[in-house]
Amino acid sequence: MSDVAEAIRAEALTKRFGSVTALAGVSIALKRGETLGILGDNGAGKSTLIKILTGYHQPDSGQLFVDGKPVRLGSVDEARAFGIECVYQDLALVNGLSVYHNLFLNRELLRPGLLRLLDHAAMRRRAAEALAEIGVNVPSIEIEVGALSGGQRQAIAVARAVCSKARILLLDEPLAAMGAREAQQIIRLIERLKARGDIAIAMIAHNYAQTLEICDRVILMQHGCVTFESATAATSAAELLEIVRREYRQRA
Amino acid sequence: MAIQPATLSARGVARRAHGLLLRPEAGVFIVSVVLVLYFQVANANFLTDANLQTLSQFVAAPVIIACGEIMLLICREIDLSVGQVFALAPFVMSDAHAAGLPVVAAILVALLVCALIGLAIGLITIWLEVPSFITTLGMLFLVTGVTLTISRGFPANTPGGPLLTNILGGWGYAEIVWALIAVAIMHVVLRHTRWGLHTVAIGGNLTAAAEAGIAINRIKIGNFVLTSTLGGLAGLLEAFRIGSTDPLAGGSTIMFLGVASGIIGGTALGGGSGTIIGGLVGAILLGVLQDGFTLQGINAFTFDIIIGAAILIAMIANIRIARRRQRGGE
Repeated sequence: MSDVAEAIRAEALTKRFGSVTALAGVSIALKRGETLGILGDNGAGKSTLIKILTGYHQPDSGQLFVDGKPVRLGSVDEARAFGIECVYQDLALVNGLSVYHNLFLNRELLRPGLLRLLDHAAMRRRAAEALAEIGVNVPSIEIEVGALSGGQRQAIAVARAVCSKARILLLDEPLAAMGAREAQQIIRLIERLKARGDIAIAMIAHNYAQTLEICDRVILMQHGCVTFESATAATSAAELLEIVRREYRQRA
Repeated sequence: MAIQPATLSARGVARRAHGLLLRPEAGVFIVSVVLVLYFQVANANFLTDANLQTLSQFVAAPVIIACGEIMLLICREIDLSVGQVFALAPFVMSDAHAAGLPVVAAILVALLVCALIGLAIGLITIWLEVPSFITTLGMLFLVTGVTLTISRGFPANTPGGPLLTNILGGWGYAEIVWALIAVAIMHVVLRHTRWGLHTVAIGGNLTAAAEAGIAINRIKIGNFVLTSTLGGLAGLLEAFRIGSTDPLAGGSTIMFLGVASGIIGGTALGGGSGTIIGGLVGAILLGVLQDGFTLQGINAFTFDIIIGAAILIAMIANIRIARRRQRGGE
């Protein structure tokens, strides 16, 4: 039942920044256990869409629904309260802190008592459990994040979102600037999260082949509109490329 | 609980000991011990009670100031005016006492005034977006002017009965005991509270701290308040030790000794890492050098050359270690 429930739906979102129309009526829907790839050129409106879904921007018009109920996401914290978490391109990890401190950043576990001291032992234990559960391997949870590879850091960032009970996970270019082997680790991590069935995942990506490999469905955004939508099984990188090329020819 | 036996195992202890030796403050500590041995061999008076009292007094004030500056440096701020607040605090206390307040209340008023100066620094830095280097440079002159005005340029006697005076600095080791209490509290704050962890996170990656929802402004302003208050405390202790206070006491020298103690002890100039224990060890190194060379009878001019060179070497090492860490992170 959970795998058919609609997690988040956006209807006719518009957003303008001054004279620039970033979104001109975008509608998307995302189910639990489903992975949606959002493709498109720079400036197509992908990031604006993600930032509206995370409560960072508010749309000028249009409506958001979480679990079928209309909601207004006034801030990142409000979105978080609905289980919406975003893993940004800049990773948002503190390199000088340990893996487990990063996993619990600003959600630290405290020892009982008036002094409100950090419970390092509980955080270590829970971090190790959480990472094992989603199959992320790091040399040690006490190691500073700065000493990890890009892929491991990305995995930690994803793990942090999952740890904080993300039910709608938004990934901003999770495979950017990553070698093939590291990208494979992240792809497998996303597949494991998908297999849990309780998380809806939307990811911005540039690499068509990788997106088609991971995602159940893709949308293509151009000039603030969704110009193409398809199940990944029913399309191909060649078809997507052809649509984008046609667009360039028209503009030329 | 399952992790408990592992931390107690011999391997765990060995690993911890190894980790401890790799810390920057360990090297500084070893250097300090070697220097103590050298000075003791060169001059048998070094490890005497009288000299240890003097040494502890050299160390105490910079340590207390370092406790604040380390917190600020970690979150990428600095307070250049703490030495002037150090000088102001005893005069505020004297005036409050002269106005009829009991000494203890006068001390609290003085500390409150220092805290408000820290608050002003924090608000100007955060709200008006003035770099703290500039805010506190302005505050440095402003506070000196205030101190000279309310003291009319004259020293003042420190009020208080013998018991209070002894507790607050009169007894030879009183100041270092206060300093060690400050170190213990601030070490726990930095390592074992959300405040400390968030201070490190802010200095390590501001974007990440903001995205995690950390109250960046509150923590930075709080650390300015903390530093000014600790500066005032150090100034008060010094006034109780000496029995009188001078409007030009402390100043930039004591501030730089505090900052240098932190940096020598491994606090990164670029923020994001540092330890309070390192600040203590750094201050001990500077104190041992200062005291040892004084005992040796080395010329005060030569002494400044040696201290300056020691600080430069420590700063260069600090930057190189930070670079290596960053490269390791890439």
